[in-house]
Amino acid sequence: MTSSEIFSIITFVYGAAAILYMVAWVFKKPLPGTLATATLAAAALGNLAGILLRWVESHQMGIGRPPLTNLYESLIFFALTIAVIYLFVEFKYKIRILGAIAGPMPFLAMAYASLPKVNTAIQPLIPALKSNWLIAHVMTCFIGYAAFTIAFGISIMFLVKSSGDAPSSGAQPLRMAGRIPAFDILDDLTHQMVTFGFLFLSIGIITGAVWANQAWGRYWGWDPKETWSLVTWLIYATLLHARLMRGWRGKNIAVLSCVGFVAMLFTYFGVNLLPGLHSYQ
Amino acid sequence: MTKSSNTEGFTRKIWKFFASVKLSVAILLSLAATSIIGTVIPQNGSAEVYIHQYGEVFFKLFNTLDFFDMYHSWWFRVLLCLLTINLIVCSIHRLTSTWKIIFPDHPSFDANRFQNAKNRQEWTSTSSPETLKAMYDPYIGKRFSISLTEKTKDGYLIFGEKGRWTRLGVYAVHLSIIFMITGGLIGSIFGFDGSVNIPEGQSTDTIFLQNDPTGKKLDFQIRCEDFDLSFYDSGMPKEYRSSLSIIKNGRTMAQKDIIVNDPLRFEGINIFQSSYGEMPSDRLTVTFTERESGLLYDVEAMIKKPIDMPGNSGKLIIEDFRTNFSYSGFNLGKTFICTMVPTGGEPETLLISVDHPRFDMMRQGDFIITISNIDFKYYTGLQVTKDPGVPAVYAGFLFMIIGCYITFFMFHQAVCIKLSTTGSGAQIELSGISGKNRPGMNAIILRMSNHLKRLSAA
Repeated sequence: MTSSEIFSIITFVYGAAAILYMVAWVFKKPLPGTLATATLAAAALGNLAGILLRWVESHQMGIGRPPLTNLYESLIFFALTIAVIYLFVEFKYKIRILGAIAGPMPFLAMAYASLPKVNTAIQPLIPALKSNWLIAHVMTCFIGYAAFTIAFGISIMFLVKSSGDAPSSGAQPLRMAGRIPAFDILDDLTHQMVTFGFLFLSIGIITGAVWANQAWGRYWGWDPKETWSLVTWLIYATLLHARLMRGWRGKNIAVLSCVGFVAMLFTYFGVNLLPGLHSYQ
Repeated sequence: MTKSSNTEGFTRKIWKFFASVKLSVAILLSLAATSIIGTVIPQNGSAEVYIHQYGEVFFKLFNTLDFFDMYHSWWFRVLLCLLTINLIVCSIHRLTSTWKIIFPDHPSFDANRFQNAKNRQEWTSTSSPETLKAMYDPYIGKRFSISLTEKTKDGYLIFGEKGRWTRLGVYAVHLSIIFMITGGLIGSIFGFDGSVNIPEGQSTDTIFLQNDPTGKKLDFQIRCEDFDLSFYDSGMPKEYRSSLSIIKNGRTMAQKDIIVNDPLRFEGINIFQSSYGEMPSDRLTVTFTERESGLLYDVEAMIKKPIDMPGNSGKLIIEDFRTNFSYSGFNLGKTFICTMVPTGGEPETLLISVDHPRFDMMRQGDFIITISNIDFKYYTGLQVTKDPGVPAVYAGFLFMIIGCYITFFMFHQAVCIKLSTTGSGAQIELSGISGKNRPGMNAIILRMSNHLKRLSAA
């Protein structure tokens, strides 16, 4: 079996996990919930195995490079980091309901990776990417991205819950919203995920800067990807200051976390529309 | 009197303005918003391209606002400067009050502070408070850097505390930003960033800085012994490799094969592999084909030296060479840019393509000009930089990571165990408080209570 075949199977397993999480939420039954966790864990393990196999395959082709260098591979790694971080949160906080929104995210990443326009071939590295910093830079950035993605999911839950709880005249109250965890738990989880993501985005930007200084003799050059990662960093820095120093809680923080996520998405995908060294072919 | 108190009030107002977190939030968001401009508008382009793209009016507006080099504009620098002042003032302002908490003259414990802790765990034991105290004391002593036991009228209070210093983490983060900005400033004042093309077998001591065509002299020569280019089977470039020697006062001081990601460093100056290209040799042959008769005239030529055209019809100067020349969207490939001065006429610029020799026919001139017998040589394109600010920036990087870790994942915490006599045994209350009421504290109290229960049960 090739790594590409594994990834196509894993895409469906992630999809199944997402559906199970939603079933568990809607019907409030423990069995689909347990199944969902097991399915997601299995998908994550398969995802990891696929990445390792792809690494081995690149060596068999005589290229030998870590599978973290193009859009396809980054999406697959992104799916894995989201799944692993989410599973950790579920395990630590014993909240399975977040799976209804975090569960579909690895599936979406994998589904995007399987679009025909995304090149799946294992290609050799261009000279600029041949560096030991590649693994550290890409991994830390994507751990940060994944944490922000989960923070975004939690913030969306918060906003759904707050609109569902609001006494809306005549409108059908959102019954499902009542099963979302309490506001302070969601607020606290958002904060935890943002701090975690912020640390890793910082390390990601720093490893990138050190690498750039080694490859091009400058640690910062206002390349669009660099600038957008800084924009993302600044938005989350604002969130942290607003929360810790100005006592912002709840809705405002949830909105800022969504804005930060949009900036992060643009750092990841949007920059390809702009010229620069980071655009994925 | 009034005058001095006025100025005092004014200074205090300024201090208060810069010590506000509202200002920090405003600056952070302004930096985020304005930074986007430079990713949408290409930076440091040529005026013609900008006018073509945005039109005359917007070009003038953007140019006045420095949008074409915005990261070096005065207003962006003002924002960075405001951020630095805000950071310093905020840090000093807060540190003066935090300092007393971090380094108190007399560490003291107050049971009342634990009264409102929501994480309180309560249980009872058949052992006496004295027995429990003997068991719990060493446990708290081991887990906390400061611990203290107090006798109360019906039992004991055991306090433990640690992580006071973690309150400094946030200042490490702020300091890291100041280090980075300072490093950036040092680099932009005392450093440089230039480039130079050196053909194989030649050397130079002059590099060219961005936006400054005059050139900068180094106190050593860079010699390119050899340039190698390799491709994958698919045609993708695999490696660019230049064998360089550094020659100072006639002596070879350093020698290295550099590739992308592996530069040569010499006396604080870094030499990076950045591009490559082909250069024609000096001597070549220009062939003039008379359109009417089809007669060929070969003339030996040198770049930049005027040559006579057949029949005294004028002079031709080969000015420059491009590896790829785009003419109205069509790639002419290797192309010489020449100036033709007809006898008694106006100079005219000609493009003589080596790859498309029939291109000059379209000019409809009396002669069709081709250039041949060219020896092509590779040149290596080097980036030559010096940045004495790098150590400060890297120190900033280190502080940033360590500071973020301390700020987010460690915290100042204190616990209190209250032992009181009830009947034959003891009532135990455990509660904890932490800086900024971390939710992690609840988990710590829960784990500790389980541990303490096991200790007294054993």
